[in-house]
Amino acid sequence: MAAEFLFSQFLSGLTTAIFLFLVASGLSLVFGVLRVLNFAHGTFYMLGAYLAWQTMAWLAPTKEGFWLAALAAATGIAILGFVVERLMFRHLYGKEELYQLLFTYALVLILGDAAKILWGTGQLSVSRPPSVEGSLSVFGALLPGYNLFVMVLGFAIAIGFWVILQRTSAGRMIRAAAMDREMLGSLGANVGVLYTGVFVVSSFLAGLSGALVSPIKAIVPGMDVEIIVEAFIVVVIGGLGSFWGTFLGALIYGQVLSFGILIFPRFSIFSVFALMAVILIVRPWGLLGRPLK
Amino acid sequence: MSRRIPWTLVVLLLALTIPWFGSRYYTFLATQIAILSLFAVSYNLLLGTTGLVSFGHAAYFGLGAYATGLLMKELNVPFLLALLAGGLLPAAFAGVFGYFCVRLTKIYFSMLTLAFAQIVWAICFQWNEVTGGDQGISAIPYPELGWIGAIPGLGGFRTGDHFYFACVVLVILCIWVLGRITDSPFGRLLTTIRENPERASFIGVDVRRYELAAFAIAGGFAGVSGALFGIFNRGVFADFMFWPKSAEVLIMTILGGMNYFWGPVAGTIMMVVLNQQITSYTEYWPLVLGTILLVLLFAFPGGLMGALDAGAKRLRGQKTGGGDA
Repeated sequence: MAAEFLFSQFLSGLTTAIFLFLVASGLSLVFGVLRVLNFAHGTFYMLGAYLAWQTMAWLAPTKEGFWLAALAAATGIAILGFVVERLMFRHLYGKEELYQLLFTYALVLILGDAAKILWGTGQLSVSRPPSVEGSLSVFGALLPGYNLFVMVLGFAIAIGFWVILQRTSAGRMIRAAAMDREMLGSLGANVGVLYTGVFVVSSFLAGLSGALVSPIKAIVPGMDVEIIVEAFIVVVIGGLGSFWGTFLGALIYGQVLSFGILIFPRFSIFSVFALMAVILIVRPWGLLGRPLK
Repeated sequence: MSRRIPWTLVVLLLALTIPWFGSRYYTFLATQIAILSLFAVSYNLLLGTTGLVSFGHAAYFGLGAYATGLLMKELNVPFLLALLAGGLLPAAFAGVFGYFCVRLTKIYFSMLTLAFAQIVWAICFQWNEVTGGDQGISAIPYPELGWIGAIPGLGGFRTGDHFYFACVVLVILCIWVLGRITDSPFGRLLTTIRENPERASFIGVDVRRYELAAFAIAGGFAGVSGALFGIFNRGVFADFMFWPKSAEVLIMTILGGMNYFWGPVAGTIMMVVLNQQITSYTEYWPLVLGTILLVLLFAFPGGLMGALDAGAKRLRGQKTGGGDA
């Protein structure tokens, strides 16, 4: 029975991990190419959840409308990311890193309040689509069908991403930019388009993960700052800008949180920050990252 | 030329006039401004002077508040002694945490300061026996300051005014010390490190040791500010150290102008006054603050003081005929 319990704990950690990977991968991608830690990434995630709820409300009677709503939310956030990058963010590229950081923080403040104005401060919830309603028994532990679906999707996105990074010319550009963006620019690559593209993809991922989390977590104001800190921890553990590092970081975070609650119930939050501090002290560039030049 | 004006004295004298307006509200605002000014000026020793972007300065503010609050409430330690402890304890913590932080650069430095601050926050938030957990510590006693009323000319003021006088004197004293540190050879070397750490180490400066010293000093003064704030607020809560508080002090400093010694004070005045004014009309203060931040980043990257300075230079240029026109 102990084994079953531990396994169900492991599964819950894995679910947390996949959601976090979906959020953190976009954050890490932007950091790898633009060298900016995007505080607004968590806000994009929150807005994705709200947009999914809104689309569901418009499509009210059709429960399977969730899939459409998730896609619409992700697309909406991608458009938002495009507008933000094109109209504002790009004018700060030449300026100090600190100003770019503060810009993304200003977005957190503005968009967070905008969400409050539009959707109020109460909790909103989205029901699970009936097609993945049931749950599966794995070694005696229950795994809801929806969580299984998200896990499969998460792994699929991870592999798809990796293939794009390794095999396509866009992926090569992204990897080159992460290594040396001045050189990439002087070799004649259109860095401006690349930056916009990366920002849009990252926003899409944030919006998608927000939409996907909405059936299992209540949508509330403040979920943006909560997730962004978690995503920071994940990318720091794995290595800022490292793709598989983010994946590994999310897996570790999920398990530390899930088992940390068992061992020190009162200090589970403490344990993840302690892990982050230890990694930064021992290996600042993360488990799978490369030292910045 | 402006160095001839003893700004510290001017600010002290101006600040001391506030209670004569006789408004409880003005004194309340001014006390908050005085206390948070010290927090921001201490932060700027890192940001503006040394070029270190800390995301965890609130930890030291909160540690000072807890130390002084607990000493005064549980052990009846006299105010000034408790305040001293509220500076020394955070300075010691900053010394230990800083030892690890200054080994890292840029975003990694910032992330580690954030991690340490969140660790301290998580402990204070959940250690119910000592810190009161999420309930915090309330009913921190006011220091015994009745003797201020016995000073000729200062009779007839309220307790809040007495505390304000004490705060202004203590804060200005601390800011004066920070100013002396910034202007000292030690401070000049910190600026050299900000401008070019490699060159600083080539001329024989132990960069990490200097950065660590700045980190500990800044942490100590942030602690004094937090200690005063805990008394002013009549309570200490874990929120004092949560990361948005660290973002707030960063924004105040940038808002005022991190390249000016008095910039953080200007930023604090602007932030506290605007906050009071705007929250009386609308609950959407973050929206307003975010918009101000955007305007600042795109139009006035030098902050309030930078804009004033540029304006003053233009005026002077026009008066003398303006060679560059």
